[in-house]
Amino acid sequence: MKITPDEVRHIAALANLRLSDEDTALYARDLEQILAYVDQLNELDTTGVEPMAQVLHEGNAAPLRADAPGASFDQETALRCAPLQGAGHFKVPRVIER
Amino acid sequence: MPSVGDLTAGNIRSGLLAGDFSATELAREALAKARAENDRTGVFLSFTEERALNAALRVDRSLAAGEPLGPLAGVPIAVKDVIMTKGERTTCASRALQDFVSPYDATAVQAIERSGAVVIGKTNCDEFAMGSSNENSAFFPVRNPADPTRVPGGSSGGSAAAVGGGYVPLSLGSDTGGSIRQPASFCGVVGVMPTYGRVSRYGLVAFASSLDHIGPFARTVRDTALLLGTIAGSDPMDSTAATAPVPDYSGGLTADVRGLRLGIPREYFGEGLEPEVGNLVQAGIDSLVGLGCEPVTISLPHTRYAIASYYLICTAEASSNLARYDGVRYSRRADRAALRDMYRDSRAESFGPEVKRRIILGTYVLSSGYYDAYYKKAQEVRALVAGDFSRAFEDVDAIITPVSPFPAFRLGEKTSDPLQMYLSDIYTITGSLAGIAGMSVPCGQTAAGLPVGLQILANHFHEQTMLNLGHAFELTRGDGPGQT
Repeated sequence: MKITPDEVRHIAALANLRLSDEDTALYARDLEQILAYVDQLNELDTTGVEPMAQVLHEGNAAPLRADAPGASFDQETALRCAPLQGAGHFKVPRVIER
Repeated sequence: MPSVGDLTAGNIRSGLLAGDFSATELAREALAKARAENDRTGVFLSFTEERALNAALRVDRSLAAGEPLGPLAGVPIAVKDVIMTKGERTTCASRALQDFVSPYDATAVQAIERSGAVVIGKTNCDEFAMGSSNENSAFFPVRNPADPTRVPGGSSGGSAAAVGGGYVPLSLGSDTGGSIRQPASFCGVVGVMPTYGRVSRYGLVAFASSLDHIGPFARTVRDTALLLGTIAGSDPMDSTAATAPVPDYSGGLTADVRGLRLGIPREYFGEGLEPEVGNLVQAGIDSLVGLGCEPVTISLPHTRYAIASYYLICTAEASSNLARYDGVRYSRRADRAALRDMYRDSRAESFGPEVKRRIILGTYVLSSGYYDAYYKKAQEVRALVAGDFSRAFEDVDAIITPVSPFPAFRLGEKTSDPLQMYLSDIYTITGSLAGIAGMSVPCGQTAAGLPVGLQILANHFHEQTMLNLGHAFELTRGDGPGQT
C-alpha cells in the first residue's frame, strides 16, 4: 500500500508530533515498507480467534487492592518535575482569550 | 581485595562475613572502575554515588553489629535507566527526560535495596527501550565488552555490558521483545525475562504495557536466581503483577535435570541462522542431552508471523504510552505561545528517529479505519503464537533455541534499515508475545571471540525449571564463574 506524505502528516498531527518535510518523506517510506511486511498476517485465517489483549494467567486475574485512602505525592513533589509551574499549578500556554 | 569483576553475589557475602573487604570498599571500587572506563564503554548514564555509599555503610554497620545480612548485602548493582530510582535521574536515554528526577522508587528497586544491594548507577539503553543495539540512546552508544567495535545488543545494552565488563555482578534490565535476552547473549552473561507479571512493573517507564518486564542480569545462573527471587512477587501498585507464590529459586536450584523433555522447534534452526551460532546452540543441546534430558523435535507453526504481530502491538501500545510526554507535567518543553505548537514542538525535540517511527506506526494502526485490519489482527495472531506454546508445553518441560541469529554486530552496521533490525528479534519475540519465561545463558564463543547465548524458554511461572537447566548447563561448561 502506498503511503503519501499527506497521510504521514495526518498521523503525525494525531500524535502531536511536528515533522520536518525530510522526516515526513522518510517515515512515509518506512511505514510503507513495514506495512508491506506485516501484510503477511492476512495469510492467516483468524476467524473465531479471540484477540489476545493481555496476558492473564490463573491466579493472576488482575487483582484489585483495597479501595482505601493512602499516602500519595504531595503537590510539591508532583510539581517538581514540571518544566513550568506556578501558584500550585502546571502552567501551559494561554488557551482562552480574554 | 579481589576485583569486583571476579565476584559473584555469593562470594561477596562470604567475603563480607570473613572480613576480607567491607561493603564500602567494594562500592568505592565498583564506582571507581566504572567511572574510569565510562568514556570508553558508554555503559552508564549516571552514577548514584551518595546513594551507593549510604547503602554500603548500612551494610557495614549491620555487619559490625552482628545483625543478619540481607540476601544481596553489599552487592553492587546497576539499574537500567528506564527504572525509577527516587531522587536520581531516570532519563530513558531520551532528551524528553534528560533532566527528569524520579519522584519515587520502582518496586523492584525497593526490593533490591531492602535486600542490601548497593545501586551504583543507571545504565545506558536504547531510547525508551526501543531498539536492539543500544545505538538509539540519545546520548552515546555502549560498546560491547568483548569487542569495543561492536554493539552490546539492546535495548538493555548498558545493563548487560555492566555485568559483562566486570563493573557489577548484577544488574536490572527490561525486556519487551528480547531486550534482556539478546544483550545477555551478545555480552556473554546470563539474562532472564520472567513470566509476564512475575515481577512488578511499578516504576518501569511504560513502553508496551502488555509486553514489558523487569528482569535480572548476572554472571552466573545462581546469582540470577537470587536476584529474580528478590524482585518477584505481587504488588498492590501493579494489578498485572501475579499473586502466585514465589518459589525459593536459589534454594530450589539443582543441576539434576535428568528426564526433562526439551522441545527443539524446527522453525528456529532454519534460514537466517548463522551456522557458527547454530553449531554452538546445537552443542549446548547435546550437553543437556548428555545430562539426561530428552530432546523432542517440535513445531511452533506461527513463528514466522510473530514479528509482524509484535511490531504492530508494541508500537500501538507505545504510541499510547508515550502520549504522556507533552511538556506539561514533566519532560522537555519547547517555549511556544500556542498550546498545540508547544505540544508538537516539545515532542519533536524530545524523541529520536526510532521513537518517532514507532509512534507514527502505532498511531497509524490505531487510527480510524485501520484498527481491525492491523491492531486487532495482530492480537489474533498473538493468540495463535501463544497457542503454539501452550500446545508445546503439554509435551515438553522447556524449549531450547538460539537467542539471536548472529553474534554482536558492528556499530552502524544495521542502523540504515529499521525492518532488518526488527527481523533480528525473531527468536525472542515469540516468547514475549506468549508471556512465558525466557533466559539467555552463555554457550560459547565464535571463532572471532564473540559470545553466543542459548535460549531456554519455560511455561508461565516455570522459572525454576528454566533456571535449573541453565545452572546444569553452566556447570558442564567448566570455564565460567558458574562454578562458585
